[in-house]
Amino acid sequence: MTKGKVKAIIENLVQVEVSGPVSQNEICYIEFQGVKLMAEVIKVLGNIAYTQVFESTRGLRPGSPVEFTDKMLEVKLGPGMLSKNYDGLQNDLNKMKGLFLTRGEYTDPLDEDSSWEFTPLAKAGDKVSAGDWLGSVPESWIEHKIMVPFGLEGDYTVKEVSAKGSYKISDTIAILSDKEGNDIKINMVQYWPVKIPIKCYIQKPRPFKLLETGVRTIDTLNPMVEGGTGFIPGPFGAGKTVLQHSIAKNADADMIIMAACGERANEVVELFVEFPELDDPRTGRKLMERTIIVCNTSNMPVAAREASVYTAMTIAEYYRNMGLKVFLLADSTSRWAQALREMSNRMEELPGPDAFPMDLPAIVSSFYARAGFVYLKGGSTGSITFIGTVSPAGGNLKEPVTEATKKAARCFYALSQTRADSKRYPAVDPIDSYSKYLEYPEVIDYLNENVNPNWVNDVTQTKDILHRGREAQEQINILGDDGVPLSYHDRYWKSELLDRIILQQDGFDEVDQSTPMKRQEYMLELILGICNQDYVYESFEEVMPFYIKLINICKQMNYVLFDSEDFKKYEAELHKEVEQRSAK
Amino acid sequence: MATQAFQKIYTKLNQITKATCSVYATGVGNEELATVSGRLAQVVKIVEDRVTLQIFAGTEGIGTDAEVVFFGKPPTLKVGVDLAGRFFNAYGDPIDGGPDVEGEEVEIGGPSVNPVRRKQPSELITTGIAGIDLNNTLVTGQKIPFFADPDQPYNEVMAMVALRAESDKIILGGMGLSNDDYLFFKNTFENAGVIDRIVSFVNTTENPTVERLLVPKMALTAAEYFAEKHNEKVLVLLTDMTLYCDALSIVSNRMDQIPSKDSMPGSLYSDLAKIYEKAVQFPNGGSITIIAVTTLSGGDITHAIPDNTGYITEGQLFLKRDTDISKTIVDPFRSLSRLKQLVIGKKTREDHPQVMNTAVRLYADAANAKTKLENGFDLSDYDERVLEFAKEYSEEILAIDVNIGTDEMLDTAWKLFQKHFSKEEIGIKDEFMKLHWKKA
Repeated sequence: MTKGKVKAIIENLVQVEVSGPVSQNEICYIEFQGVKLMAEVIKVLGNIAYTQVFESTRGLRPGSPVEFTDKMLEVKLGPGMLSKNYDGLQNDLNKMKGLFLTRGEYTDPLDEDSSWEFTPLAKAGDKVSAGDWLGSVPESWIEHKIMVPFGLEGDYTVKEVSAKGSYKISDTIAILSDKEGNDIKINMVQYWPVKIPIKCYIQKPRPFKLLETGVRTIDTLNPMVEGGTGFIPGPFGAGKTVLQHSIAKNADADMIIMAACGERANEVVELFVEFPELDDPRTGRKLMERTIIVCNTSNMPVAAREASVYTAMTIAEYYRNMGLKVFLLADSTSRWAQALREMSNRMEELPGPDAFPMDLPAIVSSFYARAGFVYLKGGSTGSITFIGTVSPAGGNLKEPVTEATKKAARCFYALSQTRADSKRYPAVDPIDSYSKYLEYPEVIDYLNENVNPNWVNDVTQTKDILHRGREAQEQINILGDDGVPLSYHDRYWKSELLDRIILQQDGFDEVDQSTPMKRQEYMLELILGICNQDYVYESFEEVMPFYIKLINICKQMNYVLFDSEDFKKYEAELHKEVEQRSAK
Repeated sequence: MATQAFQKIYTKLNQITKATCSVYATGVGNEELATVSGRLAQVVKIVEDRVTLQIFAGTEGIGTDAEVVFFGKPPTLKVGVDLAGRFFNAYGDPIDGGPDVEGEEVEIGGPSVNPVRRKQPSELITTGIAGIDLNNTLVTGQKIPFFADPDQPYNEVMAMVALRAESDKIILGGMGLSNDDYLFFKNTFENAGVIDRIVSFVNTTENPTVERLLVPKMALTAAEYFAEKHNEKVLVLLTDMTLYCDALSIVSNRMDQIPSKDSMPGSLYSDLAKIYEKAVQFPNGGSITIIAVTTLSGGDITHAIPDNTGYITEGQLFLKRDTDISKTIVDPFRSLSRLKQLVIGKKTREDHPQVMNTAVRLYADAANAKTKLENGFDLSDYDERVLEFAKEYSEEILAIDVNIGTDEMLDTAWKLFQKHFSKEEIGIKDEFMKLHWKKA
C-alpha cells in the first residue's frame, strides 16, 4: 500500500505527500496521537494528494504518517442493517461508546455475532452472475436476499450452497466457480463503493405505479410514483421536515431510508424517539422495523455530510435488488451542496454561481438518476423512490441548488411562505407545484384504472377550480367586495373549500395525518360535487358564512374515522346545508 | 496564560495582513494557540513549515521580528463551580477584578453529542409572555434567536425572558456588545438578585473584533460543564450573532477565501451550526437552551446571516410594535417555535394548539380587514368584529408586559372568542367547544 505524510493542513483539507500511486476518491488514514483519521482523496497534483478529512483536524501536525487503502469509500452490506442508526460513513451510532462523538472511533455497521436463518434459493449447477439471489435470511419481516456480490464480473457456476440453517454473516454460504474453475467463497457480506451506482438489473422502464404517501396534496394533486423522483424546496419554517417526516411515516413503501444530511440533531432525535413507537398503518408493525436512518447532523464533520447521501443511496440500491419498494428521503440536499462548496473553496477552485462548484448540476442529476423502477433478473421488480428537500438561500428559488435539482427531479413540491404564514399546512403551493408523471400516459392509465375511471379529469378540474379561485381573489382584492360580480365570491370560496378540506391536512392529528387513496377519492368526489353546483345568494355577504359552515362540517369529517357513524352524521349534515342553498 | 520555559520562540514573520500573520515554525498543531508579541493568536493554516496565525486583537504594530510563542494546545477554559457569578473576557480571563477560576482545563469547541445519546426535549420553559408561551412555546434544549431590527428592544426582552424562565444557570455570551448594553445586563442581573447564577463572557465594542469568535465557544463550554457534570438546566444568551458573523467574514476575507452570498464565507452554515447545535437535552436531566439575537438590516431575513440561522435554529422570534395598543408584542405571524409541538396540548391544556391557531387565524383576518380599510373598501360586519378582537387580543394577551400563566391565556382567548364570534366562526374541534364554549 502507498504511504505518505501530511504536508499541509487547511481546516479539513489536508495535503499529503505520497510515495507511490494513489487514486481519486481513495480512502486513507492519517495517524495522529494514536487515532486514525479517515480521509478521502479528492484531487491529485504531482506527488501531492489533496484529501478531505472526515473528522476534526484539530492538533494535527505536518509530518504525520498517512496510510492509503487502495479502496474507495465503501459501505458494508449484509443482513442486520434494518432499524440501524448510522452516521454518514455508516458507523453504527448506537455502538459508539461515549455521550460525545470521539474522533477516530469507527464502528461495525453489521453485527458479526448475530446468527441468521439461511434458506438456499440457488442450487449447485445454477449459472449465476452479479446480483442473483443465492439464498435468503429473515431480517425483521423482510426476506433479506443473499446475492452474488455486485463486484463479480462475468458468469459463474454455483458449486455448492450451504444447507438451510443458522449462520453468522462471515460464514461461507456458497461457493461459486468461475470459467477457469477457481473457487470463490461467498458469505453474507459484501462491500460496494458509494459513489458508483449498483446496476445489477435488466431494465429501468418509465415508472407508472402510483406510490401513496397519505398526504392529500401530493397523492391527489401531484402524485408520486414508484421509482419516481421529487424535491421539496422551501424557505425555513415552511414545513419541509414535517412534510418529509409525514411522508416517511405513511408512504406505502417496503422500506424507508432517511438521510438526515446536515440538519438539526433534534429532528433526528424525533425520528429515534417516534419511529420505534409508531405503528406502520399498513402492516401494524413498528415504523422502525422498516426504517434505516443515516444521519450526519449539521454539527458533525462536513466531509462526512457529503458522503451520507451516497451511503443512504447505496443501501437503498442494495435493498432494491432484493425486489423491494424502497423510499429514500434526504433532508436536505442543499447541505450536501454546501459541503461540496466548502471543499471546492478550500481547494481554491474557480467558483461557479454563488461560489458553488461548477459541476454541481451534473453531480445533482447523476445522483437523482440512481432512483428508478427496475425489472430484476428472475422476474421481480424493485424500486427506489427519492424525494430530497432543498433549502434555498433566502427562499429564492433562482439559486443554484434549486435550479440544478429542478432539472433533475420530476416532481416539484413548492412550499410557499405565504401559505406557511397563514398556517395552511402542508404549505405545498397547489398552483406552482407539479408532477410530470401526470403527463405520462402509463401513469394516467394506471390512475384511471386503480382510483376511478375519471380520476385524472377530476384532478385537472380541481386544479382549474383552484386557479380560478386565485384569480377571483385577486380581483376581489383589487376591486373590493362589492366591485365584483357575485360569482367571483362563489368561485373564490369554492377554491377555499377545496384548499381547506383537500389540500390542508393536520399532520399532528391521529386520523387526519394520513389519508388512504380510497378516502381521498371519496372526499374529492364529494367536494367536487359541491363545487359543481350553483347556489343562490341575496348578496355577497352570504357567500362566506355558507362556505365557512361547509368547511367546518367537512373538517369534522376529516377528523373522524372514514365511514364511521360520526362521519356519516357530518356527511348528512353537509348535504342538508348544500341542499338549502342549491339553485335547483 | 504565561509563557513557559520550554516553549520555542520564533521571531521571523514572513507575512502580515490585517488579521493574520505567517511564521516559519515546526512541530505546530492545527488550531493551536500562540502569542504574537504578547497578543493571543490561533493557528488557522499550516503548509509545511509555514504556519498562518489569526491574531485576535489585530495586527496593528506587529513587526516582522515579533516574538511568536506556541502553547502546544488549542484554546481552553478552566471550568469549575466558581465560574458562577463571574464576568470574563473572550479569552476566559476575569474582568470583574476577581481571582482566576480553579478547575479542569477543557478545550473549547469540543466534540458533538452523539445524536443517539440525546434525549428529546420535552420540558417547557414558561416566560409569562403570551407571544412565547401561548403561540411559540419554548422547550429546554431548544435553540432560538430573536430576529430583530437594531432599534427594537431585543436585549431587554431577552433579559426578561432569561429572568422569568426557570433555569439553574444563565450564561451570557456578549459579542460586540456596546458598553451600555453590557452594563444594562450586569445591572439587570444584579438588581434581580440572580448574579450567582450568571456567567458572562463579554466582548464589547471596545475590544478587538476578531476576539468575538471565541465568545460563543467559551460560553457553551461553560454551559456544557454545568449541564453535563452538574445536571443543570442552563440557558445561554448569545447577543449579537450578526456581529459574530461579521468577524467570521473578516477572517475569511483575510485568508483569501472566495466569499459566497452577501460576502459571507461559504462555511457560514457549518460555522453557525457548530454553535447552535450545542443546544441539547442530556439524558441525565441537564440541558442547554440557547436564546440568541440576530440583528437584521431593514428587516431583511433573506440576508445570508438570518437565512442560514433560520435553517439551523428551531424557529425564530420577531418583535413588533402593535400600533393599536402602542406596545411591543412577539409577532404572531412570523415567529415560530418548532419544538412547541412537543409540549403544547401535552404539557399544557389540551385545547392549547387549537386555541392558539384559531386566535392567530382571526388575528390574520384582522390584518386583512386593515388592508381593506386602507384601500378604502367598506368593512363587513365580520371585519369589524375581528378588528375589535385583534385589539383586545393584543392588549390582554400578547403585550409583552402582560405576565400570566398559560391557562389564563387560554381562558382569556376563549372569553374573547365568545365575546366577538359565533360558534361556526371559531371552528374548533367539538370536544373542546363542549368544554369551554359557555355561550348559548
